[in-house]
Order: sequence, then C-alpha cells, then structure tokens
Amino acid sequence: MKKITSKADLMAMYESTKGKLALRLATDKLNKLDSPKKDVLICGDTGCLVSNSQDIIANLKAEVKAAGLENDVNVIQTGCFGFCAQGPIVKIMPENVFYVKVTPEDAKEIVEKHLKNHQLVERLVYVEPTLKAQITDYQQMPFYKKQQRIALRNCGLIAEENIEEYIAAEGFQGLAKALTEMKPAEVVQLVLDSGICGRGGAGFPTGMKWKIAAGVQADEKYIVCNADEGDPGAFMDRSIMEGDPASVVEAMAIGAYAIGAKQGLVYIRAEYPLAVKRLQLAIDQARELGLLGKNILGTDFCFDIEIKLGAGAFVCGEETALIHSMEGQRGEPTTKPPFPANIGGGYWGCSTNVNNVETYASIPIILRKGAEWYSKIGNWKTERDENGHWVKTISGNAGTKVFALAGQVNNVGLVEVPMGTTLREIIYEIGGGIAGGREFKAVQTGGPSGGCITKENLDTPIDYGALMRIGSMMGSGGMIVLSDKDCMPAMAKFYLGFTKDESCGKCTPCRIGTRRMLEMLEQICDGKADENTLAELEDLANTVKDTALCGLGQTAPNPILATLRYFRDEYIAHVRDKKCPAGTCTKLYQLFITDACKGCTKCARNCPVGAITGTVKQQHVIDQSKCIKCNACIDACPFKAIVKK
Amino acid sequence: MCCNKLSEAAAAKFAELDAFIDGLGLDLKDERRRGRLIQILHRAQDIFGYLPREVQQHVAEKMRIPESSVSGVVSFYNFFSTKPKGKYVINVCLGTACYVKGSEGVLRELERVLGVKADTDPTPDGLFSLMALRCVGCCGLAPVMVVNGKVYGKMTPAKAVAVVEEIKAKEAQA
Repeated sequence: MKKITSKADLMAMYESTKGKLALRLATDKLNKLDSPKKDVLICGDTGCLVSNSQDIIANLKAEVKAAGLENDVNVIQTGCFGFCAQGPIVKIMPENVFYVKVTPEDAKEIVEKHLKNHQLVERLVYVEPTLKAQITDYQQMPFYKKQQRIALRNCGLIAEENIEEYIAAEGFQGLAKALTEMKPAEVVQLVLDSGICGRGGAGFPTGMKWKIAAGVQADEKYIVCNADEGDPGAFMDRSIMEGDPASVVEAMAIGAYAIGAKQGLVYIRAEYPLAVKRLQLAIDQARELGLLGKNILGTDFCFDIEIKLGAGAFVCGEETALIHSMEGQRGEPTTKPPFPANIGGGYWGCSTNVNNVETYASIPIILRKGAEWYSKIGNWKTERDENGHWVKTISGNAGTKVFALAGQVNNVGLVEVPMGTTLREIIYEIGGGIAGGREFKAVQTGGPSGGCITKENLDTPIDYGALMRIGSMMGSGGMIVLSDKDCMPAMAKFYLGFTKDESCGKCTPCRIGTRRMLEMLEQICDGKADENTLAELEDLANTVKDTALCGLGQTAPNPILATLRYFRDEYIAHVRDKKCPAGTCTKLYQLFITDACKGCTKCARNCPVGAITGTVKQQHVIDQSKCIKCNACIDACPFKAIVKK
Repeated sequence: MCCNKLSEAAAAKFAELDAFIDGLGLDLKDERRRGRLIQILHRAQDIFGYLPREVQQHVAEKMRIPESSVSGVVSFYNFFSTKPKGKYVINVCLGTACYVKGSEGVLRELERVLGVKADTDPTPDGLFSLMALRCVGCCGLAPVMVVNGKVYGKMTPAKAVAVVEEIKAKEAQA
C-alpha cells in the first residue's frame, strides 16, 4: 500500500474509495430491488460466527459466482448490526432488505430469488412481534427507529478487516483535522465542549481528563485504551473492536496529540481473541499506511500503539489496577491520588490517560463534526461563556450511550440511544417487550456494581446522574431485563458470587465482606436465614460500601442494597415464610404432579435422574428424594400438570 | 517430577518458550522488562497447557525476576492455571445474561453427568475439565458454553449433555 504522508493524500484516498460505500449509504431506496448492483452484508462478529456466519458467507460467494453475478454483487463481512437475537443477519443494499436467522442452506435461495430475480425471500424477512407484520426495511423496524448510532456508526457498515473501508467512511479525517488545523489545547477544548463523558461507567468528562493530562509537564506520557470489558453481560466494546477497530486507533492518536503522548497501549481481555486479532490488524494496517509511526500526515507528530493482554481479572477495569497489570504485576488497585495523570501515578510512574473503547469510538466523529453537533444530541443543559465554551453542566448528559440489552427481553442485542431516552423506550419499543409474555419486574444496570430499576422508574430519562438518583448506575452499559420468574435475592447472590471471586484481596472490607455477604445470601436463598440475617446483611453492606479501598469493593454491595430497597418483600418471604415467590430458589420448593396429568409419560421420559414413575394414562408421581429440580419435566409437560409448591 | 532429566517432549517445549522470550529482546538491566511477564506467561500456557512450578521457575530465571513475583501473578489471574486441564475444556458462561437464561442449570447438569465439580480437577479419564467463566460477549445467544474455543449458543441442560456425549463417542472411536 502507498503511504499516506499528508492530509491531501488522505483525502485523495477517501475520494478514490468512497464509492465502495455508495450502495450501502444510499438513502433513496425506491425500486432498488431491481438494481443489478448489490452489496450483501453479513455480520462476522463472535456472536454470529457461532451461528455459522462464515459458512453463510462462503456459500453466498460460491452461489453468486455460480450465478455469474460476481461483477455486480459484493459479499462483505461486516461488524455487528446489533440485532443479535435474530442473527445471523444478511442485509442487502441498496434496497435495505434485512433477512434474519439465515442458515448456510439459505444462500442458494437468496442468490437465486433475490439477487438474480429481484424478488423477496419472504420466509426470511423479519416479523415484528408486536405488529405481527413483516418488515423488510430495517430503518422501519422499532428496534432501530429510536436508535442513533454514533459509536457504532461503522459497525455493520464497513468491512471490518479492511482499513481502506474505514477511510472510505471518512476515517482518519478527524485526526487530519486535529494535526493540521488545531493546536493540542484546541482539541482538548473541543472534546470538553462536546460534553462526552467516560463511557466505561464513571461518567467523568473526557475533555477534563485530557485537560489534566495535557497540563502535566513531562517528556514521557502514555495514552491507554481500557478494553478490559469485565461487566458480564456487556459486549459493546467487543463489538466496536471487532466491527470498527480503526476508529479506536484514530481516536487514540487524536488523544495522544491532545495530551502530548507518543505511545499508546490497549489493555484488552484475553477472553476476546477475535477482538485482539482485528485490533492488531487495524494497528498493522495503519502503520503500513503511515497513519501510525513517525511524522504522521507529514507533521511532527509521532505515535504508535501496542496491545497488552489481560488475563482474566474484573478488577483490572479499574484504572490503577489496569496500569499495574500492564506493568506485569498483580492487578491490584492503589489509592488515588496520585491519579494516573499525575507523575508517579501512571504507567511506569509516567503521566497516563485512560479512556474506554466506547468513548474513543465517538471521538473521531466529534472531531469531524464538531463539539456543537455532539453537544446537541441527548439532553444536555449547560452554562457557557461568551465564546460558547462549556462552563458548567446544569443537567443531563450529551451524546449517545450503547447498551447491551439482554435477559428476558424479546430483542436481545446492542442498542445505541441518545442520552435522555427512557428505559421504557429501550425495553418496550427497541427491546420489543418482555419475552414469553412474562411480566416485567426490574432492569439491572451497571453490572455487578449497579442496582436495579423497577416499574415505577421506567420513565426516567437516562443519564449518569438520573440513574444514580434512583439507586442504580450507568456502568458500562449492561442492561439485564428481569421478569417475574427471576428471584431478586438470587440475583443479588449471583452478583456477590461474582464480586467475591473477583475481589483482589488487598483490602479487608472487600475480601472478607463480600464472602460474608455471599454466605448470608446463600442462607437466605436456602431458607436457613431469619430476619436478623437481613438486618446484619444490610449493616455489613453499608460498612463495605463505606470502607473498601477501590470502586470494586465500594460498589459490590449495590446489588444487595438496591434489591433490599425495592424488593424487601421478596427477602421477607425467603426468611419468614421460607418461600421463593419467583420459584427459582431450588431449596424452597418441591415439584408436584397435579391431577391435570393425563399420563402421557413425557415427564418421566425427560427426567434425567429417573425420579418420575407412573403408568400410561395414569397420574405420575415425583420421588422427592431423587428430584434435582432441573425443571425438565415442567418444560416437557403438555398439560401444565407440574407445579412448584 | 520424578527425575531431573527432562523428557524430550518437555525439553522441546522449554526450547520453544526460550525462543519466544529471547525474541522479545529483554533488557535485563531495565526494570520495565517485568511488563512482558503476562505476555510470556500467556505464551507459556499455550505451549505447556498449564503453568506448573518448574515453568514458573524457568520464566523467573529467564527474566531475572523473583519466582515469588511470577507465582504472585499466576495465582492472581483466572486465566492462568497451575494444574493440567482435560483434553476438552468445557467453559459454561455464568455471565449475567447467561445466568438469567438458566446457565446455572446447564452447569449443574454437566457436573452431575461428568461427576466433577466446576473449576476443580479434570475427569479421571483426563478427557474433560469443567469450568465456569464470566461472559464471552455472545449475550445474544445466552446461555452459552465454550468447548475448546468453540462456542455453543442457546444451551439447555439436555443440549449440553448431548455435546458431551458426542465428544465421548468421537473419542471412543479414535
């Protein structure tokens, strides 16, 4: 590849490649079904790869060739479309047709019917569950209507392993603008005025962080990308790194220029091998083009990036722990100050700035489109000086946030919405409501550090402060929807099991406190606790919250405190009546077969431990001493004759 | 180890590890060489399958850092294991999304069928290790199970057992 040594080179490459995306960006889709030229997009992220998207791509390519369409039809592997529940998805442009749950065997029909004869393959078209209607155009789908994809702008649009397509999507123009038209302090000011805050969860203004790092006088500084996405249930960072890795590279270069760093580091968890590979590829390609390395775009600015692998420790998402891990030590946090930006507080003692993947992914487009554009997205109210610069925030936040919607919701997937969108809109409109016709109970946000939000607060507009006020937090964007069949003490137990495992052991409140709290929750869920246990649990939770050393320990009791706040009656039922209202705590119920049983023997055949006996056409019986409460019989019974008591 | 003489296979593995470490060009006078430790341990675990004491000692000597530091790092991170693993490592995801979709039931059923507890020793025949992990980021496919890097989505206890049976049948043939 020819090196890009100036902004003019970059723009020339953009001009010569932007045509590649023309079909995919076409807005006028009328009668496009007839158009001979097509781009066929398939998600190649971890989630869809599991569902054989590689075979779909291979089959589509082979069928396209067999049909003699290879000059007109491009089959392209892209990043995540976000609609993971319906994956693998095949999107055909320019007509915007969206096929869901595609199998490798469907390739022939798609090519024959759609690509060759310009007819819809109706059986693969998405059926909207609330409208019960087929929707071909994804922009009309409720799942996408309320979304605004900024951090995810290129995911599902460009070929993820090809930096040329990133450049075709106006990639590196933000960096070019920064390097050729702006002073570092102006870049910092622009990011500050845009209002973007740390998307990793803390919500600290990114521009402020950069300003502090830029103000440190030092020859050696580092800029770090925190890609240790530890919240179980959040996967936006993985999707960005797999679907649009070059945006992280560009943003880190912009940040490095702003704060005066020459070296970047990406700390990425080892559980994401595909993200590691794609990011490395993007770094290599950028280096090959001269967009990393010495004298980038013909300026004095030199910068390079190295990947550092994590090794499975949740606490390493905390920035001081992360820095220690990068230095080859145990990933234990240290007290702040010194902050990483301070000399003595960062990587090898040098001033270090750490931002999260999703934050970085938004930076290039902010540079390109300006602070004003970004600050108007969301519900941000600010006070500004005569030059329009940010002075203080009155309420809300700017921009968008990506959420990983999971749990008991119809449309599991990645969604990006403007700040200020309500939880109801996310769960019921974008998420398509609760799966299986169940009743909504709560939504858990903020992962193991967060809390839960109940029906009463569903209309709260989302921003960092608003979620804190209702006893939860934004966190990295995991959003787990819970229904009436989920037991809240059991959820708290689940999270404490996680934080107990992940406690680094350095400070006593967290090391011992999480263990004791977990034990109490186990007693509660096993029906062995009384009301004193509840009082002790609450007391200990507050103590750990106040005394633990780092964020992990301080927030570990949040799942307990939040569930106690909103679902105390469920705890009372466990300790006083020894009953689990949701019917999930296995020690608190037994399974019985009622007289609705027709003796079809299905339950007995599905029982893995042979606990069910009975003869054909007669009511069956469960041997309680053998039953392991796997509930396979309940799922198998066609007469709903098996009940929990 | 029963004797001091390394088997040829082990020697080859140490040679492979040495070649990797030498390729990094560590400056033994530079304090920052420690920054390579986790990277080296990842590689060592790839080569040996796990990190027994002699491998940790070897890394410590090669990097000229105390063995206690290496051991401290190995014991801190979940990814590193000081015990050998089964031929097939079954990881059941216990991330939140998988948990609320019933992955605990999958794990319990596998524990029952394999006769081992999660995160302990492999099955006596050395075929399976059963582990719990937290989130592989495929929450759309919850509950998820990973066998030697291959992800299986939308699991049920019965489906998980079927995967195990399939592997057993394949091994019995081989």
